[in-house]
Amino acid sequence: MRSIGAALLAAIAIAALAGPVLAPYDRSQQFRDQLFAPPMRIRFFDEAGQPRAPFVYRWRLVDRLERRYEEDRAQPLTLEWFSGGRLLQAPGGVPLLLFGADSFGRDQLTRWLWGARTSLAVALLATAGALLVGTVIGGIAGLASEALPSFDEGLMRITELVLVLPAIYVMLALRAALPLVLPPTAIFLLLVVILTLVGWPHIARGVRAIVIVEVREEYAIAAHALGATRTRVLFRHLLPAAGGFLRGQAVIVLPAFIVAEATLSYVGFGFPDTVPSWGTMLQEASNITTLAQFPWLLSPAVGIFLVVFGANLLLETRETR
Amino acid sequence: MPDVPWWLIRRLAFAVLLVVIVSSSALVLARLAPGDVTSEFYGSGASTSALARERALAGLDRPLLAQYGEWLLAALRFDLGTSLLYRRPVGELVRERAFNTALLAVTALAIATLAGIPLGVMAGSRSRGFLRAGIRLTSVLLLSLPSLLTSLLLVVVAARTQLLPIGGMSSPTPLDGHTWIASLSDVAWHLVVPAVALALPVMALLERTQARAMAEVLRQPFVLAAVARGAPPARILYRNALRVAVRPIVAIYGLIVGSLLSGSFIVEVVTAWPGLGRLMYDALRARDIYLVAGGAAAGSLFIAAGTLFADLMLVMLDPRAALDRSAQAPGAGRAAL
Repeated sequence: MRSIGAALLAAIAIAALAGPVLAPYDRSQQFRDQLFAPPMRIRFFDEAGQPRAPFVYRWRLVDRLERRYEEDRAQPLTLEWFSGGRLLQAPGGVPLLLFGADSFGRDQLTRWLWGARTSLAVALLATAGALLVGTVIGGIAGLASEALPSFDEGLMRITELVLVLPAIYVMLALRAALPLVLPPTAIFLLLVVILTLVGWPHIARGVRAIVIVEVREEYAIAAHALGATRTRVLFRHLLPAAGGFLRGQAVIVLPAFIVAEATLSYVGFGFPDTVPSWGTMLQEASNITTLAQFPWLLSPAVGIFLVVFGANLLLETRETR
Repeated sequence: MPDVPWWLIRRLAFAVLLVVIVSSSALVLARLAPGDVTSEFYGSGASTSALARERALAGLDRPLLAQYGEWLLAALRFDLGTSLLYRRPVGELVRERAFNTALLAVTALAIATLAGIPLGVMAGSRSRGFLRAGIRLTSVLLLSLPSLLTSLLLVVVAARTQLLPIGGMSSPTPLDGHTWIASLSDVAWHLVVPAVALALPVMALLERTQARAMAEVLRQPFVLAAVARGAPPARILYRNALRVAVRPIVAIYGLIVGSLLSGSFIVEVVTAWPGLGRLMYDALRARDIYLVAGGAAAGSLFIAAGTLFADLMLVMLDPRAALDRSAQAPGAGRAAL
């Protein structure tokens, strides 16, 4: 189970890294005559049941009003590998829509891959941020617990306060306090900061508990007796003891951040539509009637699910051992 | 005995402080945000004098501190001001929507508990077998579907099968000729999709926690002793073991309250359930500062009441918990986010 989880996460990470090559098109390329086109199926057998090189049928619009498409069976299109710097293309400039198309006629697979990059980058940076802030605050509180108990108490009260608040409302309020329209880089940094702010408290509590135990261990006392400063003891000796805890927390926090980004972008408080992320892609699915008619708009949900599932498989084995 | 009241007073003080801090910072944050309610109302076409009049009416022309002080004084008398967006008293609006959210959250919690706990006992009391593996796999799958995804999926399923209504709280049919039972069942019918969407991840969390606690307890010597005495297995399971294994479950309820409120936000947005989440969302978008503060007050009241209730239960079950402030449920981090 553990290896399945790790493999899942690795596969998504590779897909995100190799996104520009794997994606058949540019991020913003639109096919005006393919709005809401369904996902194409890659076929290996022709009409007569004979095997042949992988091919697809192009979509022919049969009902413009209802956006119904039919496969053009007359013309099998053999897929082209490694042409024009992309992994896979359909011949003759025919749009290849393996995940379908959205309301602008953009290829969902391309957006999915670029979206994975955005969502994972935000979540990874925020995870690093939350671990850093949590470790520093927890470490300081843990060290202070003996010398300055009231300082420790104060820090823990603040931690508790942030911990009990429902994270999504804190994020919404923080986001709403700044202009809604910002350049994409600013939004990226803002989201990282906001996620860090809601993510650190649990980590801080755990690190503090570990530091309080470890600081009484003989090796820590010995280091102190040998003249090491408090900071040195903390960073060189005590925090390594929290390594296992921090790794576990990273696996908990990362998928939660992916979901949080998706939620914020879904409700329009995250990235704008021009920046593909799994959240902005889900925005296309916010109209219930559209969603019911074109369920492939949920493909970013599959990405979110896979990340959370992979992380949960890792955690499940860790906890039952 | 002197320990318990002191502990309770502290928790109560924390609860009051929580409500005050959260609603105050919500007001200040919303006030500091660029733009205000008038820019949303009039766009660029309004005359400056009309805008100024509107601002004065909303109390937006005065310095932040004066405005905040006045709001706080009124709030102490339970007057939360008037919504700038809906032109109705905030208290009234919030009460109405908070009830809907409470209905959704309590139903979801009931579904999650009634399904999750028995499944957890079943999975935790077996050391192998298909049932255990099946329940465990289902739970891990469901844990990987946060309420954003469950609500979207259920909406698609409900819309495509046309079995269940989606969107809103009741059908738009005219009310005349409907008895109150009919309208009640109409609401219950509309409640299914959002409540199940909210319940599924919580159910999985409860199942996993219960199963782990159960497996842990069954390894303890007192269980072995009961087996050795020849007590029937069902009795050991439900009389002896469950009683001990219930503690981590109760501890996690305090955190579930928070995650229910977080989860209900997105469920309400996706399924158009008219609850506190949607109200807060609209208020934030429209920069309706009094409504934002009122909603924040209601939300934090929910949280405070929920955690207090869970703590009380915990102390009743195990008085040692009152002394042990650092006691923490396993998996707590997962519930919090």
